[in-house]
Amino acid sequence: MANERPDTKRIDEATGTGFVGHEWDGIEELDTPMPRWWLWTFYLTIAWALVYVVLYPAWPLIAKGTEGTLGWTSRGQLAAEMGDAEKARAELNRQIATVSLADLQADPELMSKAVAGGAAAFKVNCIQCHGTGAAGSQGLGYPNLADDDWLWGGDLAAIEITLKHGIRDAGDGETRISAMPPFAGVFDQSQLSALADHVLSFSGKAKSSPVGAQIYADNCVACHGEKGQGDRVQGAPRLSDAIWLYGGTREEIIRQVLDPHMGMMPAWGKRLDPVTIRMLAAYVHSLGGGEDFATVEAKGEQTPAVDGDEQP
Amino acid sequence: MNSPSHIPHLPGAGLYESSRTVHNKRIDGPFRRFKWLVMLVTLAIYYGTPWLRWDRGPYAPDQAVLVDLANRRFYMFGIEIWPHEFYFVAGLLIMAGIGLFLVTSAVGRAWCGYSCPQTVWTDLFQHVDRLIDGDRNARIRLDNAPWTWGKVMRRAFKWAIYLVIGFWTGGAWIMYFADAPTLVYEFWRGEAAPAAYITVAVLTLTTVTLGGFMREQVCIYMCPWPRIQTAMMDEKSLLVTYKDWRGEPRGSLKKAEKNPGAFGDCIDCQQCVAVCPTGWDIRKGPDISCITCALCIDACDRVMKDIGRPRGLIDYATLEDCAREQSGEAPRPAWKALLRPRTLAYLLIWSSIGLALLFALGTRSRTDLTVSPDRNPPFMLMSDGSVRNSYTLKLRNMENRPRTMDVALERLPGATMWTGTQGKDSAAARQRVEVPADQTLTLRAYVQAPQGTRPTELAFRLTALDEKGESDVGETTFDAPEQ
Repeated sequence: MANERPDTKRIDEATGTGFVGHEWDGIEELDTPMPRWWLWTFYLTIAWALVYVVLYPAWPLIAKGTEGTLGWTSRGQLAAEMGDAEKARAELNRQIATVSLADLQADPELMSKAVAGGAAAFKVNCIQCHGTGAAGSQGLGYPNLADDDWLWGGDLAAIEITLKHGIRDAGDGETRISAMPPFAGVFDQSQLSALADHVLSFSGKAKSSPVGAQIYADNCVACHGEKGQGDRVQGAPRLSDAIWLYGGTREEIIRQVLDPHMGMMPAWGKRLDPVTIRMLAAYVHSLGGGEDFATVEAKGEQTPAVDGDEQP
Repeated sequence: MNSPSHIPHLPGAGLYESSRTVHNKRIDGPFRRFKWLVMLVTLAIYYGTPWLRWDRGPYAPDQAVLVDLANRRFYMFGIEIWPHEFYFVAGLLIMAGIGLFLVTSAVGRAWCGYSCPQTVWTDLFQHVDRLIDGDRNARIRLDNAPWTWGKVMRRAFKWAIYLVIGFWTGGAWIMYFADAPTLVYEFWRGEAAPAAYITVAVLTLTTVTLGGFMREQVCIYMCPWPRIQTAMMDEKSLLVTYKDWRGEPRGSLKKAEKNPGAFGDCIDCQQCVAVCPTGWDIRKGPDISCITCALCIDACDRVMKDIGRPRGLIDYATLEDCAREQSGEAPRPAWKALLRPRTLAYLLIWSSIGLALLFALGTRSRTDLTVSPDRNPPFMLMSDGSVRNSYTLKLRNMENRPRTMDVALERLPGATMWTGTQGKDSAAARQRVEVPADQTLTLRAYVQAPQGTRPTELAFRLTALDEKGESDVGETTFDAPEQ
């Protein structure tokens, strides 16, 4: 027989508490109050919420939310934290910006910091083409940056110039530029085959013939060199090594002769600050193929001048 | 429906027992003196250890015991432990745990009674009570007295001393985590790390709360150890025992004079209860409250001596001893109680772990090499057709002096290596590297193998170029085109 009405008047003797009035098979429920500490914590959270609503952005309205009297925003906090980080890096940035490239390479500590910064920038800007491991893609024409083969030079200065002005970037006056003419319709199939054999003979993969040698001497030697050693001044790839940007089979070489693919890299000088570019150069240089600086200093100076001559 | 009549009426029944302050009486005796000694030794170890010096040369701190969290090193006299050697600490903790079992099976709750920090600090605080407020009766009187100005002052003074002890306890704790003299200097100049101040504050608070106010309630209600011990006790466990067959029925000296032979040895003087630091009456039998500090033995022996009865009415005894004594058999020698399978088994486990740790400590190498190959790209084809792999080497020099080490390639004939710092011109089958004292040197290593090399195994061998010549091998793979 359940009594559904609250029966708070009756007091449980053992605990001194009233009953809520529910009873099941002789088991009754006591109207035990909330513990004080719990209740006060609950009130405290309500008070805290009221203060919070005034101080911080809280209510969503139609166009925007309430702003809060402290003026805090998550964007503002991000900007402040990024500003702090920038400030913390300011001295390092100044050092990297002002140091000469030769001194940078000679200073292992500064170099390692530059490499670390470059690694981060590389992951944002470069991996889309060159891959996360900087290994590029043979066949697709994205150069491997970690090997010892450089189209335009592999010392710090050359890498920095390449980064700054890009390759075949029409928007940059000092960009590295060169073009291989297409030979479609110039040679017949047997001539092309002989030429490809001659090119492959530089790395010992095929036997040269007088026909192929003659065609090469007439058309290719100016840029790629007599022994296929290439020319970094013009960005003409070495043909005598094991690295082929667009593939190293006979068919791929013939295709490249008929309709040359030529890669393009945007001039990063327009997009990134000089310090980031320098750090990227340090990172690319550190990947294992970076060339010694002393021998390349002269080349680094002459490269831009030649670039100017090469303007079409 | 009537009010349920089956619920008994319990006046004042609550979830918690209301606490009663224990005012234990001063006592002197062999066990009390032993307790003094243990207290002196343990407190001296706790407060003094961080100030011991230990010369380790110019590349390591000279504090004998130092947990250097910032640099992730743990120094203990001649031993230095790196984070990857933490199993030594784990081993020590396991030994401490099994050591507790061993001690319990051999001599009962000796840990609880003498050397547990809670016991030692409670003892210390109880001595402060005695010093400021007088012995048991004076303290009870003061407790019951109304809050006069004098009582307030007296309490404030006593609690101030509590705070000083608590502060000193917390202050000593942080000394284990930094160079003690420097830390003291920085601490008082307000230059120490916030963690130091927070730790001292927290430990001051817990010391004063646990030692100054909660005291025996920690042992009775909070500590899990007595509960585990209860399960470990058997008839061979050493306990502080009231020999009821000798003591009962209790009767005062006067009653005994009137009715010789009608009463036991216990004269019901309550001295055993008065001196008990946890307020237990040992005559009720063994209990979780009895930490076996043996102060009641001191108290009872003294009374027995005064009234000319034999000592040992309350004494250390196992249940088996009691049965023996009760039936009039000769007591067993104490060492026989120690030599039993359980004690020996614990001793065996405990000492095997100890020996294993000592062996590991004696044979551990202070030179270590780990190798992780670059996974992207796994290998690199060079212009001359050779194959290059890149690796990150971690060279650990765990000695407190810089060492020159030799890194050599193994299992790949014809391969050469160079490091990120020395450049390709130095390519050779082995490289010499300076590793700073007590540090891990991270090194980029490039390994180049001739054209036609297939994927294969590769190992780097690191050898210290000193008289010990320790070495370590880092095994890895060399990736290359499959054909």
